[in-house]
Amino acid sequence: MADPAATAERAPLRPSAPDDASERERLASLRPPDWRNPQPQPRYDLVVVGGGTTGTVAALAAARAGAKVALVERHLLGGNCLNTGCIPSKALIRTSRLYAEMRDAERYGAQVPADIRVDFAAVMGRMRAIRARLSRICSAADLAAAGIDVFFGLGRFTGPDSLQVGATPLRFRKALIATGARPDTPPIPGLVAAGYCTNASIFDLTALPPRLLVIGGGPLGCEMAQAFCRFGAHTTIVQHWPLFLPREERDAAQILSAALAHDGIAVRLNTQVVRVREEGGQKLADLVSDDYHSTIAVDAILTGTGRVPSVEGLGLEAAGVAYDATRGVHVDDFLRTGNPRIYAAGDVCLEDKFNDTADASARIAVCNALQGGRERLSALVTTWCTYTDPEIAHVGIYVRQARAQGIPVKTYTILMHDVDRAVADSEEAGFVKIHVREGSDHILGATIVARHAGEMINEITLAMRSGIGLCALGRVMHPYPTQAEAITKAAEACTRALGGSAITPRWRRWLHGVGWTGGE
Amino acid sequence: MSGADTGMEAGAAAAAPVPSTEAATAALLALGDDALLEHLQRAAIDYFLQTANPANGLVADTTREGSPCSIAVVGFALSAYTIAIERGWLARDEALARSLAVLRFFRDSEQGEAPLATGHRGFYYHFLDMHSGRRMWQSELSMIDTALLLAGALTAASYFTADTAPERELRAIVDALYRRVDWCWAQGGEATLRQGWKPESGFLNYGWDGYNEGLILYVLALGSPTHAIDPGHYAAWTATYQWENLYDIDFLYAGPLFIHQFSHAWIDFRGIRDAFMREKRCDYFENSRRATEVQREYARRNPLAFRGYAGDCWGLTACDGPSDPPAALATTRLRLFGYAARGVPYGPDDGSIGGWAPLASLPFAPELVLRTTRTMLQRYPEILPKQQFASSFNPSLAAADGPAWVSVGHFGLDQGIVSLMIENQRSGLVWRLMRGCPAIRRGLQRAGFRGGWL
Repeated sequence: MADPAATAERAPLRPSAPDDASERERLASLRPPDWRNPQPQPRYDLVVVGGGTTGTVAALAAARAGAKVALVERHLLGGNCLNTGCIPSKALIRTSRLYAEMRDAERYGAQVPADIRVDFAAVMGRMRAIRARLSRICSAADLAAAGIDVFFGLGRFTGPDSLQVGATPLRFRKALIATGARPDTPPIPGLVAAGYCTNASIFDLTALPPRLLVIGGGPLGCEMAQAFCRFGAHTTIVQHWPLFLPREERDAAQILSAALAHDGIAVRLNTQVVRVREEGGQKLADLVSDDYHSTIAVDAILTGTGRVPSVEGLGLEAAGVAYDATRGVHVDDFLRTGNPRIYAAGDVCLEDKFNDTADASARIAVCNALQGGRERLSALVTTWCTYTDPEIAHVGIYVRQARAQGIPVKTYTILMHDVDRAVADSEEAGFVKIHVREGSDHILGATIVARHAGEMINEITLAMRSGIGLCALGRVMHPYPTQAEAITKAAEACTRALGGSAITPRWRRWLHGVGWTGGE
Repeated sequence: MSGADTGMEAGAAAAAPVPSTEAATAALLALGDDALLEHLQRAAIDYFLQTANPANGLVADTTREGSPCSIAVVGFALSAYTIAIERGWLARDEALARSLAVLRFFRDSEQGEAPLATGHRGFYYHFLDMHSGRRMWQSELSMIDTALLLAGALTAASYFTADTAPERELRAIVDALYRRVDWCWAQGGEATLRQGWKPESGFLNYGWDGYNEGLILYVLALGSPTHAIDPGHYAAWTATYQWENLYDIDFLYAGPLFIHQFSHAWIDFRGIRDAFMREKRCDYFENSRRATEVQREYARRNPLAFRGYAGDCWGLTACDGPSDPPAALATTRLRLFGYAARGVPYGPDDGSIGGWAPLASLPFAPELVLRTTRTMLQRYPEILPKQQFASSFNPSLAAADGPAWVSVGHFGLDQGIVSLMIENQRSGLVWRLMRGCPAIRRGLQRAGFRGGWL
């Protein structure tokens, strides 16, 4: 029997986006209006709290392994990724790239269209249609069909092996906290009163703001600043640090700065927004860079200054789960919390708040929680991408991390302007940098800045995950011409540097061991 | 000289008619290499004689109207005077008087947190009023420019070693100035040295990581007898280095060419290695040679299709450049950067080349540099007004077959680095003086340098 209390306490469902067919379909998939929570099982093998990427991946993996699984979602399935993050942003970015290419048509030997007009409503309509389309494959009905008991409502732990959804108690053998993170609000005086958007609301806009201020030069800020600028908004991006994407390679961030400026974005690095106020129907933001003070007037503000883990109201104290507001839920390398029955995964506990990492952590947590696995988070080869134009993708560790760990490191860099296909595509900005342990071809990490860096990085991730050295990638045949040839070229450079052949130090040792002396 | 610049060169209106720049440059190119270098070096050193204020010894940043003094240019001037003595271009007494004047100024000028002081904690503001010596343009208290000033002062102290009252005074002032610098304060509580500080807002928030021109700053900070930083702080800085294989060339990456030159103007890095260079089986001198190769490879590829770039026409560095496209090119989408640290291969690059930049790498790759310098002068004779290199030129900003855009006037840093590097190639004078400088030796040793002349 369904739990009427769970139905009654539902959070407001209606987003402020237009109530069109796409939105109705998305809601029907991700939180059906007529959904009735199932009668709970006496005890679940796994209760997952949070129905975003992490939670649904974990619930499906557990259910497919034969476990009795309950999934508790407070709001909408799909989480940040589908509803307010990866998917809607990529949909907008695709359209914005098209506009940029139209304006830049001469570069490709094509005519610039005579009248380039941005239909913002159409842009957003396409985004909503894509979101609705993808919601079909992670719908509540699909999860239920996979054998998962889906409960909508606020899940709150009541003890070390129990929680409650509304008035419905659920008992578990193991639980997984996957409540994700929410946008952080920077403590800027006047910001809240003046009004601002985050990633949770920007995709509900129905009109293009003529002037947009983006606060924060992280992935979200950079991606959306570029997209909205390409739609025609006069965009200013303010970044407290001297470079965008502070954790990325300096050269990557510099190429991005140049690309954003090329698009016409007013780039204000090393600058802080110290106050915001509303005056005459516009928002005035006071900026400070060292001793230089200025004020800009805008129509909308987007903040992208980070995300904070969603840990409130979960009853974690009752469950014996340690957490804090900054780090989120405390976990060990096996993703286990202080309560051995309870695990956490995804943004609620990880420093890297990326969808790819969340997905991988979900699988680790399920394996460790239900199958007695001993998989370590630290063993993950983590990868991510910022989908600006050019894209910036990374895997493994950075040079500064290697050097801080005392690892001698060397970087093989191939400029995209040395890659035939990139030249043919007029997509020469960027590089492939592959970091190896000095004197070997052991890959430590890589950064790619290229138009399609997110697609290119996978070959290196695969090599790292499989323990394949860089030289071996040079012996893999690739279709010609492709932009991924940059990786082959880096491999060839490594091979040459290691002695003009593809014989790596490991091979040398082996050859020496079997008494082979010729050839090199 | 062509140009869309609005800058005015000081005294340009009163200048007597001179042979055309093109004709004068052509005459220079007829000389052999030694004579050509002699000529270019003397012209470069003339900059300091022409632009110094005799009253206080301060030297102008540029020849443009209203230019302030740049403290780094004073550092180059103090070194250039010793070269000028040795070459017979300046009497020892006059060079000594010029040097003493400016060193006394720095000794006696106001230090403190006042916004218009000359310096603070032994450091000096980047730009000073040529007459009053007070801070100008609300510039930053500059760590690196103070280091370049002190490098020049230490060169003078190493040169003027006679047991006479004026030379004893000079050495005492230099010692006092060096002892006064509070290098530890300049860390701002961090592991590495900060780039600058302002009384209005404190330490600058610029990322100054990776290999850069700060090498000599660290050496001086480590060698201080009074406020020396810890060797661990040098290690913290070198931990930000990137060793790259780029265009099939292994090198310690830094984009702008001047980074591979400035510390080398004073320190002979041949054969001495710190821990990083030992690991890489290289040294900073060889690295600077490789940097010229990287510049050459970039220019040969010329990925942004700028006019003029070639294997023998390169020099992306910190230099002046156009800010606005000329009217004839108003429709261009080219982004122009004005004065900027241009670099390879990641930019910024707007087609502007520092014509002097290859020559400032002369000791590293003499043959390549001379060939490149001759080619550039032959193709673009307009880049050598008054036989001194302009800060930059940009062939892409020119009407068809017209002369390249050329930066107006001359910049002291450019003349300084050219003066010193030609001398280091010709006689090794500045390197020799600084090899005998206890502060430099101590600083290098504390940074972990070993081998060679150390």
